[in-house]
Amino acid sequence: MPNKPGQAHFVAELEDTPVAAVDRLDENEKARSTWADAWDSMRRRPTFWVSAVLILLIVVVALFPTLFTQVDPRQCTLGNSNGDPTAGHPFGFNRQGCDVYSRTIWGTQASLTVGLLAASIVTLFGIIVGALAGYYGGWLDAVVSRIGDIFFAIPTVLGAIVLMSVLPTATPITVAFVLSVFAWPQIARIMRGAVLSASNSDYVMASTALGVSKFRILLRHVVPNAIAPVIVIATVSLGTFIVAEATLSFLGIGLPPSVMSWGNDIGTAQTSIVTSPQVLLYPAAALSITVLAFLMLGDILRDALDPTARATR
Amino acid sequence: MGLSALALISVSALALAGCATSNDDAAAPDADSSAIISTNGSEPQNPLIPTNTTETGGGKITTSLFAGLVSYDADGAIENEVAKSIESDDATNWTVTLNDGWTFTNGEAVTSSSFVDAWNYGALYSNAQGASYFFDDIAGFSYDADSELTGLKVVDDTTFTVELSSPEADWPLRLGYTAFMPLPSVAFEDMAAYGENPIGNGPYMLAEEGAWVHDEGINLITNPDYDGVRKPVNGGLDIIFYATQDAAYADVQGGNLDVLDAVPDSAFETYADEFGDRSVNQPAAIFQAFNMPYYLEHWSGEEGELRRAAISMSIDRAEITDVIFQGTRTPATDFTSPVIDGYSDALEGSDVLEFNPDEAVKLWAEADAIAPYGDTTFDIAYNSDGGHQAWVDAVTNSIKNTLGIDAVGKPYPTFAAALDDRSNEKLTGATRAGWQADYPSLYNFLAPLYKTGAGSNYEGYSSTEFDTLLEEGAAAETVEDATAKYQEAQEVLLKDLPTIPLWYSNVVGVWSESVNDVVFGWDSVPLYFQITKG
Amino acid sequence: MLWYTGRRLLQMIPVFFGATFLIYFMVFSLPGDPIAALFGDRQPSPAVIEQLRAQYNLDKPFIVQYLIYIGNFFQGDLGTTYSGRAVSDVMAAAFPITFRLAMLALAFEAFFGIIVGLVAGLRKGKLFDASALVVSLLLISVPTFVVGFVLRLVFGVQLGWFRTTVSGAAPWGELVLPAIVLASVSFAYIVRLTRASVADNLNADFVRTATAKGLSRRRVVTVHVLRNSLVPVVTFLGVDLGSLMVGAIVTEGIFNINGVGGTVFKAIKLGESSTVVSFIAVMVVIFVVANLLVDLLYAALDPRIRYAK
Repeated sequence: MPNKPGQAHFVAELEDTPVAAVDRLDENEKARSTWADAWDSMRRRPTFWVSAVLILLIVVVALFPTLFTQVDPRQCTLGNSNGDPTAGHPFGFNRQGCDVYSRTIWGTQASLTVGLLAASIVTLFGIIVGALAGYYGGWLDAVVSRIGDIFFAIPTVLGAIVLMSVLPTATPITVAFVLSVFAWPQIARIMRGAVLSASNSDYVMASTALGVSKFRILLRHVVPNAIAPVIVIATVSLGTFIVAEATLSFLGIGLPPSVMSWGNDIGTAQTSIVTSPQVLLYPAAALSITVLAFLMLGDILRDALDPTARATR
Repeated sequence: MGLSALALISVSALALAGCATSNDDAAAPDADSSAIISTNGSEPQNPLIPTNTTETGGGKITTSLFAGLVSYDADGAIENEVAKSIESDDATNWTVTLNDGWTFTNGEAVTSSSFVDAWNYGALYSNAQGASYFFDDIAGFSYDADSELTGLKVVDDTTFTVELSSPEADWPLRLGYTAFMPLPSVAFEDMAAYGENPIGNGPYMLAEEGAWVHDEGINLITNPDYDGVRKPVNGGLDIIFYATQDAAYADVQGGNLDVLDAVPDSAFETYADEFGDRSVNQPAAIFQAFNMPYYLEHWSGEEGELRRAAISMSIDRAEITDVIFQGTRTPATDFTSPVIDGYSDALEGSDVLEFNPDEAVKLWAEADAIAPYGDTTFDIAYNSDGGHQAWVDAVTNSIKNTLGIDAVGKPYPTFAAALDDRSNEKLTGATRAGWQADYPSLYNFLAPLYKTGAGSNYEGYSSTEFDTLLEEGAAAETVEDATAKYQEAQEVLLKDLPTIPLWYSNVVGVWSESVNDVVFGWDSVPLYFQITKG
Repeated sequence: MLWYTGRRLLQMIPVFFGATFLIYFMVFSLPGDPIAALFGDRQPSPAVIEQLRAQYNLDKPFIVQYLIYIGNFFQGDLGTTYSGRAVSDVMAAAFPITFRLAMLALAFEAFFGIIVGLVAGLRKGKLFDASALVVSLLLISVPTFVVGFVLRLVFGVQLGWFRTTVSGAAPWGELVLPAIVLASVSFAYIVRLTRASVADNLNADFVRTATAKGLSRRRVVTVHVLRNSLVPVVTFLGVDLGSLMVGAIVTEGIFNINGVGGTVFKAIKLGESSTVVSFIAVMVVIFVVANLLVDLLYAALDPRIRYAK
């Protein structure tokens, strides 16, 4: 790490220079891919395991909700409306008198589907499109970027209403699809910007000079060096997609109330914030934990993929 | 009672009501008669032409800008404004006599022609006015070609006669509705421009040319020449347009708004504590229900009748209005509203509207004996942008818990989408239905919704018995006789249940400390003219 | 550079036609009859509906409707709303307000987001970084309609620091609280983005070189680390401008702001194609220009990027 503020120095410390990495070079070791290196560095970090266990837990909750609750989330009696926690109902009840804990558990599946699916589609598509546009430039860049402008200018709510009306029922998958159709240009633009930076760097010039093919350079050098901001956006957007589903529900164009999701519960909780904050608190907390787990994972992945960051450890 | 008694009754009712209003004493001693009251509203859907104003945003403004033949007091009784008398011997031919001295704010006198021309304009086919159907019982009206209302005849400047196509005892009752307002002759020169800067004869007038700032609000000031029963004791109204009730409520809390006539969901539990005696919660002329289409399997014939009754009895209206609405709805006992004369909570067969789980299960089983329902999901369609989700969820839960069938809400993203499936008979289950009265009469709650072929009878209910009773009611010689017929007609509805009544919406209003004498009318709108400030 | 800018501006033409066609088609595909829906539960006679449908060309096939719209567009007529107002009047009222709101929000998220992200990146793993993470998580996982509702309740109603809603003229001062609400989610994005980029660049060769050269830490951070970290942040801001303008539906609703988001949302629900298409056409132009500015900024931030092709 660099020095503390105000502590002037004239010669960099050894661990601050690439020399340290060179010192550890083992000439007998086989050349390894960036990804294998990344895995090596990731598994040595405790936060990786914390986030991995958390994500695993969330996935298990999503797939097997009955392991975590025996209470029927659809068994609601108005007598319990906005009720406090009681035995067997640790989080209390919502306005309709449904068990909040049970609904939070059962809502995991839909919310995780929306978040993961939308984030994956957007990230994959955004990376491919953005990388090609930024790297090759010219007419490809122009066409792709302008299509992105069109899609980004279309209000998501318009797309959502049209699609929801065409399809017989709205499911988490359709919501994820709607959100991705109008969100990919964001990641594409950021990837494009990062690729523009990376493709002008010394190592790319060096590889070009060495006669490596253009596409190979893109895959081996440019993308890994440009991907950091995309991973950040992707992990954050995983959370914002889950919340976007809530906002769509709030505006009356999201998942139907018959589908249990954190978003739906957060959307309806707005009316009880003042009097019964628990109704909002628990689904929002579940959402926070999920986002946190993915944020941590993204952080570690990003570090692991960055060769210069790895060198100093 | 003979035919002439009818005329006597209506006139004396008008006269009595006229006496009861003298608001000058009601004003607080320190009230400032030039104070401007701010209140909530919404952007009118159309230019402010009375015959094209059929929604509440514009209706609130036109009611303040115009004075018709009559106006409604807080209880929905009519009081004479421009009319001196409205009389008939046979309930078909009416003679309207006007008071002298009424003028529009541009100085033009309000004469018989001001009414007759305005009504003809509103009724004319090619003018495509939203409220044209209000004139369809006047002789000469046509729905598909331009034709003059031949039933309207100007006798002199203060007298005109009206010939209806069939007798209607309570015809004068509707004359306070905005569609029946007079128009000055300048309006007919350029109706679009007039709609932007309307000139009326009511208690208030536009503060200036361009006082209507679209999507923001409209400023009204007291009309100094107005001398009717709604004489303002304040200086004017600032009607601020809100996109959500929630924002308007925050403004009353924050002291930026004086009077609010709708409290949002999120404040149901807290408004009474917060505003105390500066709040009101009373029934209004709004009826809420859901309809079962007859074209669906299981919902017609005897089976359908049993199932409808079972569904109705499986809904705990009292608990839902209490818990979900915090008492801001009143459980339904008929098909009209408690604020309407002739409302009844003792109609024969109204026990079908009471929560009775045992009977519901029994009736459902009887229907199953005719044809088993199976595991079909029972759904209630609603437009998701109207704040219906909470009660639909509660109602479906109630049905589910009582009958043990799967019941869910079915949201449509827009009103247009919901309406489309409704009018094209593509519903898969029940549909939300609601009705707010245009004028305080039982007839207005029944005919447009359940009469064979009526405009808002989407689910195609048709009963000769009901239609006959409705016609008999309309033609009855006295208002009492009419009421009896209309109640009998509702007893037919209770048996058939073409709609399953839920509750009446209350008007829930709050106001700030700076205003006094806030009273809400039968139509859920505050009587602005008698509010004092300061 | 001039040639590059000119070419980019020319690209607006196909984008305009593509976007208007697509959006017109989407609004056209909305289910139901928009005219019938205008009247709510109280349906007028079918004759009235028919006449109004003809008046708004809704009785014609899609392509004819679109061509009529485009034809009028180039004569300066953007059509009318279903309430009879000229769409250009509606735009003239909504855009200035939304522009002020979006600019304020953009300024907030850029200023505070970059500062917090920079400090978090420099002190990665320390207390400040962790606090920034918690705040970002909170802003990400609580939707705007809750954040706005609570902030209005606390700062508007209870403390009285801000006006509870924005008055018609929407002066800058009243837009501060709505802008904070609007900026909240993007703020979280920018904190995370800046933090990641800064942390990355601290290990970059040019920073090592600068440090080795003996530059003061302040200079290394501001000139080398920050400047090079801004490329993704600036890209994000450029893209975000659009979401701030059209996507402010919820914030505008909470604070009763008569802006673009709410107007477009209302028009979508009414099926009012001329309003939706005209507003979005302007938005497309704003996008193209904003992205062009971002691209030109790249060159200033990262000297290696050049457009002298």
